[in-house]
Amino acid sequence: MKSKTIKVDYLARVEGEGGLLVKVSGKKVTDVKFNIFEPPRFFEALLRGRQYSEAPDITARICGICPVAYQMSSVQAMEHAFGITVDGQLRALRRLLYCGEWIESHALHIFMLHAPDFLGYADAIQMAKDHSPIVQMALKIKKIGNGIVGLVGGREIHPINVRVGGFYKLPTCQELETFVEPLKWACDSSAQTVKFVSKLPFPDFERPYEYVALHHEREYPMMNGRLCSNKGLDIEVPEYENHFMEEHVSHSNALHSILKERGAYFVGPMARYNLNFDALTPAAQSAARSAGIGKGTNNPFKSIIVRSVEMLYACEEALRIIKEYEPPEKASVAVQPKAGIGYGCTEAPRGILYHRYRLDERGNILDAKIVPPTSQNQKTIEQDLREFVPPRLHLTQEKLTWQCEQAIRNYDPCISCATHFLKLEIDGNAGEGGKCEID
Amino acid sequence: METGKRQKVLLLGIGNEYRGDDGAGLLFTRMIRTKISGSVTLKESQGEGGALMEAWQGYETVILVDAISSGAPSGTIMKIDATKQNIPAKYFRFSTHAFGLAEAIELARALKTLPENLLVYGIEGANFSPGNEITPSVERSVKRVVKEALHELLSRSANDASLSPADSG
Repeated sequence: MKSKTIKVDYLARVEGEGGLLVKVSGKKVTDVKFNIFEPPRFFEALLRGRQYSEAPDITARICGICPVAYQMSSVQAMEHAFGITVDGQLRALRRLLYCGEWIESHALHIFMLHAPDFLGYADAIQMAKDHSPIVQMALKIKKIGNGIVGLVGGREIHPINVRVGGFYKLPTCQELETFVEPLKWACDSSAQTVKFVSKLPFPDFERPYEYVALHHEREYPMMNGRLCSNKGLDIEVPEYENHFMEEHVSHSNALHSILKERGAYFVGPMARYNLNFDALTPAAQSAARSAGIGKGTNNPFKSIIVRSVEMLYACEEALRIIKEYEPPEKASVAVQPKAGIGYGCTEAPRGILYHRYRLDERGNILDAKIVPPTSQNQKTIEQDLREFVPPRLHLTQEKLTWQCEQAIRNYDPCISCATHFLKLEIDGNAGEGGKCEID
Repeated sequence: METGKRQKVLLLGIGNEYRGDDGAGLLFTRMIRTKISGSVTLKESQGEGGALMEAWQGYETVILVDAISSGAPSGTIMKIDATKQNIPAKYFRFSTHAFGLAEAIELARALKTLPENLLVYGIEGANFSPGNEITPSVERSVKRVVKEALHELLSRSANDASLSPADSG
């Protein structure tokens, strides 16, 4: 029986520390481990005993690339617990802040982390030598996203301007207007990006995924909506733990999340897009159709197209919000703590981010639960590899390992949240000259 | 460097003042502030790669100071002429999707947007845990880097009067 091992000790181009092991016997994959060895960070325990007002700033520290998502899910949970509604222009500003995060996160992943896989470069630096205009464009788009987060969030990394009930400080119309021309440019550049990535070579690979995302009747989901799937899930956010559970697996320091009834599921841009195409702007829909993905796609490698479409959407949405902005009278609504349980779930760039807090009458956090997108996708990543590898065993070890890493990066995993440069080391059962042994 | 040309100079300190010795780069800018003339620009950065590439745009000469973690004794100073040498990414740790100082410099090199002169000082830190205290050996090295940077400015000012430090202290 021939056996083969694909082993990546340290995945590059992912956030955090993780590795990959795929064992093959004959034509069957016998083991797949998406191994997250980044140490546990104990944020949920750290939150116990802290004030409700500290949660947005503490949880924002979980991730440098999606801190806004943590802030949004935490304030939403607190506001739910206290029975507060934040709407109107304050809600619109939060959505604008989220657009900024989507733009910067998607630009980084599309161009700097994922595109090199398709174009055959080890990293974005090598790619920049041959594709300088594309990389320059990426940096410019990312800068606009960073700028929005900096203005509305108070700081580009780990923003500090979000509070339960609203914001600490409001931006002025003049400050927001400085983004109008850059965003118009970013809309055009994002549309060009969709065209560019649609021509990349995509492995032929599809699976019947269960996509889970927020679904909102009027808008593409970021902060609100019901939790829905293409296989019948349709619940309010507080029902999350009735349908989903986390389990510990020995090879990962991040809990694996599953749907109790059906197992693995898929969150992130692919899920949002497949469940919410109709809520996209006409320009985003048109760009997607021209790119050949229509109203949906089941090829996770095409997530790079979906991210580009979402980047276009986020630029258009940011522009709309800025054009319609009228400064609210107050930066926040009054907050009166009370004992209870609050639930929050928003769409981080990588997918749904669930928060639940139990609070006492003074607003002290008694316990907290946080389920980030990457932990929810781990099982699906492993299942992808189980099906992706067997038809490709004829490939060289180098090529197959490359494609396995690429398959992981389809999910833009953030290991620090639950895991980007994937760097491979192939351990081929100690074959000669470092080559993989096939016996 | 062309003789007689007015140089735009930037001193850039990188770090997080709330993570112990990671604040070394910021301490550098705060120490050197009173010792330079107004024609030299001082900036501080948290170290995000895109922001760094933005920060040095338009400057011919850039001196950049950051804490490093290479395993060397604390306070060890690593001086790199980034226009001639590659930056060892493993020493300049930054986790936002692996796009920090080293990646920014190498990407700018690939894009041909590196400043004409780019000097990087890495100061080996001992303690990166929460808090704003700098280890004494690291603080002594920051002072040394301040002196060296002033010396660099002086030697360059031989060609450009606008660069004269206010006090070579």
